[in-house]
Amino acid sequence: MRTPVSTFELIEPRSLPHALALMRDSQPIVPLAGCTDVYVALNAGTPPGTRYLNLLSLDALRGIARRDGVISIGALTTFSEISRSALLARHLPALVMAAREIGAVQIQNRATLGGNVANGSPAGDSLPVLAATDAVVVLRSAAGKRRVPFVAFYTGYRLTVMRPDELVVAVEVPPVDGRQWFRKVGTRAAQTISKVVIAAVRAPRPRIAFGSVAPTVVRARRTEEALASGGTIDDAVAALGAEIAPIDDMRSTAEYRLRVAGNLIRQFWTETA
Amino acid sequence: MRFRLNGKQVDVRAPAMKRLLDVLREDCGLTGTKEGCGEGECGACTVLLDGQAVNSCLVPFGQVRGRSVKTIEGLRGRHPLQDAFITEGGAQCGICTPGMIMAAAALPPNATLDQVRVGLAGNLCRCTGYMGIYRAVKKAQGSGLKAQARTRAKAGTNRTQKAAR
Ligand SMILES: Cc1cc2nc3c(=O)[nH]c(=O)nc-3n(C[C@H](O)[C@H](O)[C@H](O)COP(=O)(O)OP(=O)(O)OC[C@H]3O[C@@H](n4cnc5c(N)ncnc54)[C@H](O)[C@@H]3O)c2cc1C
Ligand code: FES
Ligand code: FES
Repeated sequence: MRTPVSTFELIEPRSLPHALALMRDSQPIVPLAGCTDVYVALNAGTPPGTRYLNLLSLDALRGIARRDGVISIGALTTFSEISRSALLARHLPALVMAAREIGAVQIQNRATLGGNVANGSPAGDSLPVLAATDAVVVLRSAAGKRRVPFVAFYTGYRLTVMRPDELVVAVEVPPVDGRQWFRKVGTRAAQTISKVVIAAVRAPRPRIAFGSVAPTVVRARRTEEALASGGTIDDAVAALGAEIAPIDDMRSTAEYRLRVAGNLIRQFWTETA
Repeated sequence: MRFRLNGKQVDVRAPAMKRLLDVLREDCGLTGTKEGCGEGECGACTVLLDGQAVNSCLVPFGQVRGRSVKTIEGLRGRHPLQDAFITEGGAQCGICTPGMIMAAAALPPNATLDQVRVGLAGNLCRCTGYMGIYRAVKKAQGSGLKAQARTRAKAGTNRTQKAAR
């Protein structure tokens, strides 16, 4: 049943400091960006709250820029903006590839990177890219700013280190050396939640991350190690089997996911050779 | 709350968390925009927000403050896309058609078939099998291009006239 929303509040902050003060003083309050996750929940009758904070007017959370080689992407950046960014096409093509496979145009025009990260679904398609490139999540609260390595951001299924009074303001990606690779496997090209999603970087120390194969996005450290130390691709695939824990669910089976994840490692390795 | 609706400034009173889809249909009397799934999957509720295709079932009314919304009613008269959907069999039961046309209206003017497919991938149709829709969009793009060239030529003349003055 759709949630009746006429009594729900949508609060318009005047500025980022005002928004952060509200996050500190007016809990419970749910931040709203592109609403492509929150409104699905509302329309399904499972509202995450009754008071909401509209982030869209906060220009401090917008923009894509490069400083000292580090690329900073504002939390409110939509996947359409990511797809069109020449800077990202050049320095972070894996994120552009991910952006183009999220939902369909109508979703990409609204869905934000910050929303994908904060929502924390293990199937979030931008997540493996951020994990494989050792991104950093920039959090702000009224008490100040802190930077959390992306690989330490999730603590369990849809759980993060974010405190209730914090907002994601940006994601920062340090310079990436090596060829970037991304692949999403789902039932069709558009509007598909990943069965398995991978992002990887081909370098002397390869970096590989998977989504949809564990409660959180995972860096496949042992697989990376096997490849870095000159092991065969079969060794790497065997290592992968020991470090991911896919499950059976409505979209796929554990067995399928494990098989496909292994195939993706092989494909990554041949295509970037 | 003030926003632009189909080119006109309007002031509509409705709860901020109400879905734009419902505000359009119930508070603005514009029932051309349809609801299919209510979860962003089908595209039947597609409208243009500041020129970009969005699913109005996933937009809180409060987020359109001061922005511009265009619905199927905003295309007015017989738009080349509407004509082409009729002649090419792009519409059968019609429930997907307003959303399909609004998504098509957001495509770049000289879209390739691939771009049309990608641009309409978020719009489901249970009747046509899509081929009639793609044909219609391609056809309308042909005539639309000519119409745009005409407007551009006119705008160009206006600019030169202004410059001359
Ligand atoms: C039809 C459809 C298809 C989809 N396809 C895909 C897909 O292919 N791949 C994919 O990864 N996702 C997909 N999604 C999910 C969704 O679009 C993404 O997760 C999107 O990035 C969410 O961003 P948003 O701005 O819309 O978030 P919102 O819905 O506004 O928010 C999501 C969550 O994040 C919180 N939040 C948002 N911004 C911040 C912030 N700056 N700081 C702190 N908390 C914040 C909100 O409180 C909420 O809990 C799809 C959704 C739909 C409806
Ligand atoms: S009703 Fe909005 S996408 Fe289906
Ligand atoms: S014409 Fe019936 S759903 Fe498209």
